Amino acid sequence: MNVPTNNALVEVDDLRVTFSSRDAQIAAVNGVSFTLDPGEVLCILGESGSGKSVTMRALMRLLPKNTARISGQVQIAGRDVVAMSDHDIADMRGPVVSMIFQEPMTAFDPVFTIGDQIAETIIRHEGVSRSDALARALELLDLVQIPSAKSRLKNYPFEMSGGMRQRAMIALALSCQPSLLLADEPTTALDATVQIQILLLLRKLREELGMAIMFVTHDIGVAVEIADKLAVMYAGRFVETGPVAEVFAKPAHHYTHGLMASTVKQANKGRRLQAIDGSPPDLAALPPGCAFAPRCGRCDATCQSAPPGLFDAGPNHSVACYHPVASNEPAVAD
Amino acid sequence: MTDAIADERPPKDDATTQMTARASGGGRPVLTVNDLVKHFTVKSGPFQPNAGKVLAVDGVSFELSEGETLGIVGESGCGKSTTARVLMRLMEPDSGEVMIKGAKVGAPDGISVRDMRHLLQMVFQDSYASLNPRMTIEETIAFGPRAQGVSLDEANQRARELLGHVGLDPNLFIRRYPHELSGGQRQRVNIARALALKPEIVILDEAVSALDKSVEAQVLNLLMDLKEQLNLTYIFISHDLHVVHYVSDRVLVMYLGKVVEIGSVDEIYSETAHPYTRALLSAMPSMDPSNRANEPPISGDPPNPINPPSGCRFHTRCAFAEDICSKKEPLLHTVDGKPRHYSACFMSIPGSDHSGAPKGNR
Repeated sequence: MNVPTNNALVEVDDLRVTFSSRDAQIAAVNGVSFTLDPGEVLCILGESGSGKSVTMRALMRLLPKNTARISGQVQIAGRDVVAMSDHDIADMRGPVVSMIFQEPMTAFDPVFTIGDQIAETIIRHEGVSRSDALARALELLDLVQIPSAKSRLKNYPFEMSGGMRQRAMIALALSCQPSLLLADEPTTALDATVQIQILLLLRKLREELGMAIMFVTHDIGVAVEIADKLAVMYAGRFVETGPVAEVFAKPAHHYTHGLMASTVKQANKGRRLQAIDGSPPDLAALPPGCAFAPRCGRCDATCQSAPPGLFDAGPNHSVACYHPVASNEPAVAD
Repeated sequence: MTDAIADERPPKDDATTQMTARASGGGRPVLTVNDLVKHFTVKSGPFQPNAGKVLAVDGVSFELSEGETLGIVGESGCGKSTTARVLMRLMEPDSGEVMIKGAKVGAPDGISVRDMRHLLQMVFQDSYASLNPRMTIEETIAFGPRAQGVSLDEANQRARELLGHVGLDPNLFIRRYPHELSGGQRQRVNIARALALKPEIVILDEAVSALDKSVEAQVLNLLMDLKEQLNLTYIFISHDLHVVHYVSDRVLVMYLGKVVEIGSVDEIYSETAHPYTRALLSAMPSMDPSNRANEPPISGDPPNPINPPSGCRFHTRCAFAEDICSKKEPLLHTVDGKPRHYSACFMSIPGSDHSGAPKGNR
C-alpha cells in the first residue's frame, strides 16, 4: 500500500499526530500510510475518536500549532505539506486542496453574503476583478444545483436551509478548482432525503471535474454510496483498506466484521443485534499490542505484544490483523 | 364508515372517535392522542410582533397499545420531537387531548401531570446535555423518586438496582459524574433515570442517534431486553429508518406537523401508500456497492414549517401532485381496506379527484 506510484496525487507515509495537554499525550493518529490517485474517492470509516478527522486536517495542516505535533510524510501533488511554510500552505488551500465540513453554518462567516465569500477566495488566489469573481461565483452556484442562483448570491448563510448551505459550501470549496476535495462528514447533519442529493451531487462533480475526494464518515451506508476505496480506522490506525465492494463483501478485520454485523439492517428484524462489546480505547493510554484486542474474540498473546502490520487479504485489500476473519465465515450475519 | 375528504376538519364529536379508531394498534390502548395541536408564534422584530406561526404539531391523533413499540419518523422540522415534548407536558399543547390509561391528562376529572409522569417517561438524544453535570449518577437516578416522595435510602437503593439493569456496575458508577462516562454509558444512565419511576410507557427521542454504531447496537439490545423484562411500551422517535424498522411494531410517518401515514412495520416498509413515505424509504442508503442510487427520490429541502403549503403539505415536492392536492387537504384514509393502515393521500381515497385514486366510492 505504501509503494509510491509516480502519478499519485496524495502520498502519506507513517503519519502521526499527537496532541499534548497539561496532563496527557493523546495519540490521535498512529502511523497512517496511503496513496490516492487523481480522481479517486477514498472513504475513511470510523467511530468518533478514531482519528479520521484529524488525519484529514493534518493533510491541510488545519491543526492547532501549539498543541498538535505532526510527524511522517505527507505529499500532495508532489509537495511536502509537513515542511511547507505558512504562506505556501495558504496558497495551496483552494487551488490544490480544499475542504467541506459537517456544519456549514459554523464554517461560513455569518456577516458576509455567500457570493462575497466565494468571490473573496477567487480574488485571493487568482487576482481577478470583483465582478469577474462574482460571475464565477454565480456559475459555481449553478454547478452545485442551487435554484435561482442569482438571488442566492446575495443571501447570508442564515437565510438558507441546511441542504442549501451545504451546496453553497461545496461551491466555495470548488471555487479554485482543487484537485483534491476533503469532505469531513458533510452529510451527517442533513436529513436522509437531502443527504442522498448531496452524495449524488459530489459523485457527479467528481466525474465532471475529475477531482479526487477524501470522504470521512461514520456511516457505512454513506461510504457504500460514494467510495471507490474504503479505509476502516480504529484508534488512529487504518485497520483495513481495500476496494469498497471487496471490503464490504469480505471484511477481514474483526472490527470491520463486527461493525457490519452490528449495523441495523432490514434483515436483522426480530433478532438480537451482534454488538461489539466494550468501547474504543483511551487514546492517552493505548494498549501495547493491537488496539482492538481488548474487544476482540480472537485475541491471543501475539495480539497483545505488538501492533500488527498490514497483511494481504486479497487484491489491493490489506488488513492489520494477525488472525484475519477467514473468507469462508459469513461476512454479515443474515 | 364515510370518509371525509374535505379540507376542513370534520365536526369535532364525530371526528375524534373516528380518528382514534383509525390509528389504533389493535391491543389494549394505554395512550390515546386526539387532535393534538402545538403552534409556535414567530416574533421577528419590534414592529412585527407576530410574523407567522410554526405549525409544529397540527392535529396529530394516534393510539398506543400496551406492549407495542410505535416508531415515529420524518425529516427535521416535521414535529416528531415536539409531539414527544407535548406528550410529556414539557410544553403545554394548544389544543387536543391526551388520555393515559383512560384518564385525561391535566383535566380535573382525569390524571394530574405529576401522576402522569409515573406512567410516562422520556429519554433524550443528547446524553450529555440531559444530565446535570453537578450531580453524581446515583443522585441523578434517585432524583425523580425523591421528588415523588420516596425515602432517600429507598431511592438510592433503586438507583443501584437500575444501574445493574442497564448493564453498569453500581459499585463503579454511583459516585461518578456525567463527564467521566462515555456516550454509551451516559445514555444507559439516562435510560435508568427514565425507568426510576417505574413507568409503563417510555418515549425514546432519537435515543441512539448520537451513538457510534457499535455502541448503538448495545443500547438497542438493552432497550429490547428492558422492554421484555419490565413489560414496557415504547414510542421510538428516529430519523434512521433502519433502526425504526428494527425496533417497531407500528410506524407513524410525519410531515410538517401532520401524520401522513400510519400502519404496521410491514405495511409501511413493503406496502407503502404515501409518496412521501416512499421517498423517505428510497433515500435510505442501499448498503450495496453494486446497487447505488442514481436519482434523488425527492428534490429540495423540507419546506419551512412557518406558513406551510396549502392543501396537501407535500404537494410542492410530490411527483404525483395534481390540482386537487394544492386545493384540498387529504385526511387519513384506510389503504385498500386494510384495517390498521392509513394514508393521507388522495391516491388512497376512492372517488377523490386525483387521477391515481382507486375508482368508485365504497
